[in-house]
Amino acid sequence: MFILQRFHDCKVELNKRGYKIASKICNNLDTTDSMAAERTVPKFDSSSIKITREEGLMLYEDMVLGRLFEDKCAEMYYRGRMFGFVHLYNGQEAVSTGVIRAMRRDEDFVSSTYRDHVHALSAGVPAREVMAELFGKATGCSKGRGGSMHMFSAQHKLLGGYAFVAEGIPVAMGAAYQSKYRKDALGDASADQVTACFFGDGASNNGQFFECLNMSALWKLPIIYVVENNKWAIGMAHDRATSQPEIYKKASVFSMAGVEVDGMDVLAVRAAAQEAVERARAGEGPTLIEALTYRFRGHSLADPDELRSAEEKEYWATKDPITRFADYLTKQKLATAQELKDLDKKVQEIINDAVAFAESSPEPDPSELRRYIFAED
Amino acid sequence: MAETLMFNALREATDEEMARDDTVFVLGEDVGHYGGSYKVTKNLHEKYGDLRVLDTPIAENSFCGMAVGAALTGLRPIIEGMNMGFLLLAFNQIANNAGMLRYTSGGNFKIPMVIRGPGGVGRQLGAEHSQRLEAYFHAVPGLKIVACSTAYNAKGLLKAAIRDDNPVLFFEHVLLYNHKEDLPDEEYIVPLDKAEMVRPGKDVTILTYSRMRHHCTQAAKMLEKKGFDPEVIDLISLKPFDMETISASVKKTHRVIIVEECMKTGGIGAELVALISEQLFDELDAPVLRLSSQDIPTPYNGALERLTIIQPGQIVEAVEKMVAMQV
Repeated sequence: MFILQRFHDCKVELNKRGYKIASKICNNLDTTDSMAAERTVPKFDSSSIKITREEGLMLYEDMVLGRLFEDKCAEMYYRGRMFGFVHLYNGQEAVSTGVIRAMRRDEDFVSSTYRDHVHALSAGVPAREVMAELFGKATGCSKGRGGSMHMFSAQHKLLGGYAFVAEGIPVAMGAAYQSKYRKDALGDASADQVTACFFGDGASNNGQFFECLNMSALWKLPIIYVVENNKWAIGMAHDRATSQPEIYKKASVFSMAGVEVDGMDVLAVRAAAQEAVERARAGEGPTLIEALTYRFRGHSLADPDELRSAEEKEYWATKDPITRFADYLTKQKLATAQELKDLDKKVQEIINDAVAFAESSPEPDPSELRRYIFAED
Repeated sequence: MAETLMFNALREATDEEMARDDTVFVLGEDVGHYGGSYKVTKNLHEKYGDLRVLDTPIAENSFCGMAVGAALTGLRPIIEGMNMGFLLLAFNQIANNAGMLRYTSGGNFKIPMVIRGPGGVGRQLGAEHSQRLEAYFHAVPGLKIVACSTAYNAKGLLKAAIRDDNPVLFFEHVLLYNHKEDLPDEEYIVPLDKAEMVRPGKDVTILTYSRMRHHCTQAAKMLEKKGFDPEVIDLISLKPFDMETISASVKKTHRVIIVEECMKTGGIGAELVALISEQLFDELDAPVLRLSSQDIPTPYNGALERLTIIQPGQIVEAVEKMVAMQV
């Protein structure tokens, strides 16, 4: 239905700002310009799809939940209520919402990275439990043992936040293998769960990425690899780290589907995800989705964020996925500006409640320090 | 009773557990069509199919991580390390994910998996293929570590490991696959956490594991002829140690010699000495002695290789010396 696949598109293109697509920028080692070139974002024709008002509001609310939750995290971190490394997701909400809300909640699996709060929320982990985990409380989704980078929920099929870059990819592949195993080796026709595996552009240069693309394509596993290309692996510009910046093209080497998508457009991401989910459930194998996106904050709250140029940040700020989708909803008359404001308010209340819950929750019991090491504990 | 070679004992254990529980599957390099480098999975793929006896590409870290994901979601994978040394390439997935994930997730998930394969110093295999990873992995929380040493305990321990709900590192020894023993016809399980009394005695406690157990029994035979009465205990469980059995023995003999194939520095024996000092200091009549491999990469040359690991004669000498010590 949609022309999303561009396997062998190697044309040199100029986008409206006059930057060449990144794949044609040579001499990367000599690049001193902090403004990495912008890629031409694939055009998505939103008039080609119809969404209902309910879908629209669901997607909007999910993105706003992610955004306001992270804003509250920053506030709580600076107020000394949460500790350690905290990596926020602001700007990338369309990817989490677009993919995870195209899947079956509590049935399909999601794996994430150290930037995992919002994936957890989209997967249905209550904001209370995610916030309590950040506060290190016993009521957190990982009982205060995991922290920001290790959100887990068996109930919500959240396989976890994996804090080392790329290590979650094989684990997610194992969940996908399990679905195939139940279906094909054990004959369980209901085992059609799909796994979404999130990671960043930095992970796409790691061996585990390539090894798992190979195996999952070879075995036709029901998995969606979602690379959130936000252009920066901490301070390493994507173009300085890879010989082929167009990550989705790496799928073709493994004879699997690879698509690039505007990661700031929730409808574009959702359409790509729906296609990938369908492919996976049908037993037709994995998909690599490269979502072109941007984080509006530094790598973590401890990052001075000095390398990214103001010009680049401004450019991406104009692409804010939430204002863009709000605009779409009102223009399509799926919601009024007032209704969206009311939703914002409702979400803010959920987050305030989550903070109150986290604040008032008990600390883990010191006598349980050694609990959960083994299955019997 | 049927006389069985160790590799077949391991194969029987795998086969029986796969038949008993259809969530059990094997994965690794050449485990399927090839039947495993030491034939532990011979013909199993014909019986159970390619998905349950999965030949993987040579990508250790990824297939170990994949097994973790399969275990998190309800399967019971058995990873065969073609050579346990190769699993250094999977250290991250074994330590961070198999070992720590249950704790980090606050008990959300359990990870029932077995990581098994040949380790130890073989016959002139060179340094990389002669590793004793048990010591490297010893500090990782959440892992159980066992080493089998006979056809009998190999079968019973592997069955226990497969049924365990935790990640178990299961060390076989490359030179013990042809160890032969009569095995019972009926099903049996050997508990993972119990040491094995190999030879009761009263003069000295010899703590050992894996292939060194056989060096110790050889030494014990020589020592018997000389009038000594050593007690030989096969640790079996390298993590946690069976301190109950160890303690009972030390309280009887008051002397301890540890015979191990791992390197001395940071080895299994190092941790044992520490625990014995902490818990049983007053029982000791002599400092605990470690007979360990040299702290060197295992050399290829046969004579040098023999000098690298402990030989039975050295055990005899050590016992004679220790027993002769005046208290």
